[in-house]
Amino acid sequence: MPLLTVENLSKRFYVDQLQREIAVFDRLSFTLEPGQFILVSGANGIGKSTLLRCLYRTYRPSAGRAIYESRRGSIDLVRAADVDIALLRREEIGFVTQFLRPRPRVSALELVAEPLLAGGTALRDAEPRAKAMLESFGLKPALWGAYPTMFSGGEQQRVNVARALIAPRRLLLLDEPTASLDSSARASLIARLRELKSDGVALVGVFHYPDEIRHLVDGEIHFESGALPPELEAQNVDQ
Amino acid sequence: MTVISSRPSSPNSNDAPRLITAPPLLRAKGLRKTYGRIVAVDEVSLEVYPGEVMGIVGESGSGKSTVLRLLNLEEPADVGAYTLDIPDYAGVNLFTLERFARRMVQIQHIGIVYQNPYLGLRMRYTSSGNVAERLLITGERRFSTLREAARSWLAASEFPLDRMDDPPRKLSGGMQQRVQLAKAIALKPRVLLLDEPTTGLDVSVQALVLDTLKRLQRELHLAMVLVSHDLGVIRTLADRVLVMRGGRVIESGLTDQVLEDPQDAYTQQLVHAKL
Repeated sequence: MPLLTVENLSKRFYVDQLQREIAVFDRLSFTLEPGQFILVSGANGIGKSTLLRCLYRTYRPSAGRAIYESRRGSIDLVRAADVDIALLRREEIGFVTQFLRPRPRVSALELVAEPLLAGGTALRDAEPRAKAMLESFGLKPALWGAYPTMFSGGEQQRVNVARALIAPRRLLLLDEPTASLDSSARASLIARLRELKSDGVALVGVFHYPDEIRHLVDGEIHFESGALPPELEAQNVDQ
Repeated sequence: MTVISSRPSSPNSNDAPRLITAPPLLRAKGLRKTYGRIVAVDEVSLEVYPGEVMGIVGESGSGKSTVLRLLNLEEPADVGAYTLDIPDYAGVNLFTLERFARRMVQIQHIGIVYQNPYLGLRMRYTSSGNVAERLLITGERRFSTLREAARSWLAASEFPLDRMDDPPRKLSGGMQQRVQLAKAIALKPRVLLLDEPTTGLDVSVQALVLDTLKRLQRELHLAMVLVSHDLGVIRTLADRVLVMRGGRVIESGLTDQVLEDPQDAYTQQLVHAKL
């Protein structure tokens, strides 16, 4: 049984200031099995991240269904109650972004341990796992207790990926997670994704250099300009 | 990306919660409050689950502080029901309680931190005394127990214990907020109300207080309602958010969704007005 069944998913933004509605994608359908990796490809600004954000409900889908088979039962991510989405985010669905959102005076180690603590893991168990994650992504131990607000972009991204991947998830949404990583950190991330995939985690991802993960990919959603139905094709705008 | 019609999408409505089976801890339905001819709050409903932080944003005069006063049982709503899932009072509209019972619910089950520490603290008592006073109200008289409780709740609020016998008026703004917080949680309430708790503090102090709040929320599994006009504070702490304007809730949703894909025209302006 698919973990996720997306049917006719559409996203339009209504921008009041412009008195206009902007369509990003329309009637998109696909299924995702446990352990499958779907690559989302297409030109910049075409709406790849928008799809991921709709599935995570950071954006509200405009129409369609996204039936997700959670451990607690089947649910439509498009219409699910906010508290149900919040629960899924704590327990089952993860999102890996391109950027860390560091908070002042919160150390790298604390940031990485946080998703475990939020899920109810005790501090004494969470801390060694957070250290192991930071180590596997190559952040120098001297920086573990330091505040990432002062880190370089590459160091911040190591913390970000460690934080995003530390808690067990069944569905991972990846939004260019390799963007600011150097080659060694990128290699450990890809190794980690391979492990997760073989453990049965389903992945949907946008990658700036798709070739580096091509060997993991089971399917591809390719966004093309002009792919929207003719009645929506009024005029193209830059994002 | 393609621009189409000038007609907004039909508004989304959510299904009722299905995965979450426990009842909400706090439930307010159809609240209305008027002062003379002024309608301060109208048709406001919210549900907050244990361990959840509900943010309320809006400009001054939007009614957000009035909602907090109602939830703190400082005054009853003209219309509407307010229930907490607590022993002896489950299903009881707390606005209908007589004064003494209302006061007991307020003391034992609801904690509050005000923006202005003068509202929440006796500025000339010691800080430890401010916290211990909560236990005195419930009948605790043993000095050692009071002292120990004050010490441990101040420590939980990350207050520097070598200052615990200083009166709040001699403390910095950040420390005063920590005393308020220790006092608010000293009787292990189920609900913690926060009215602009970090407004007016230096940015670095604000970050530390927010972090303490985040840790306490996780450890005590409270239902928190946080009123703030600061979207950064809301983003850091709140799981969900209500946007208020003119006494009404005009939008609600997951915090990241309301901030990044606001549906209402006013919310779009509010979010983009942020520097």
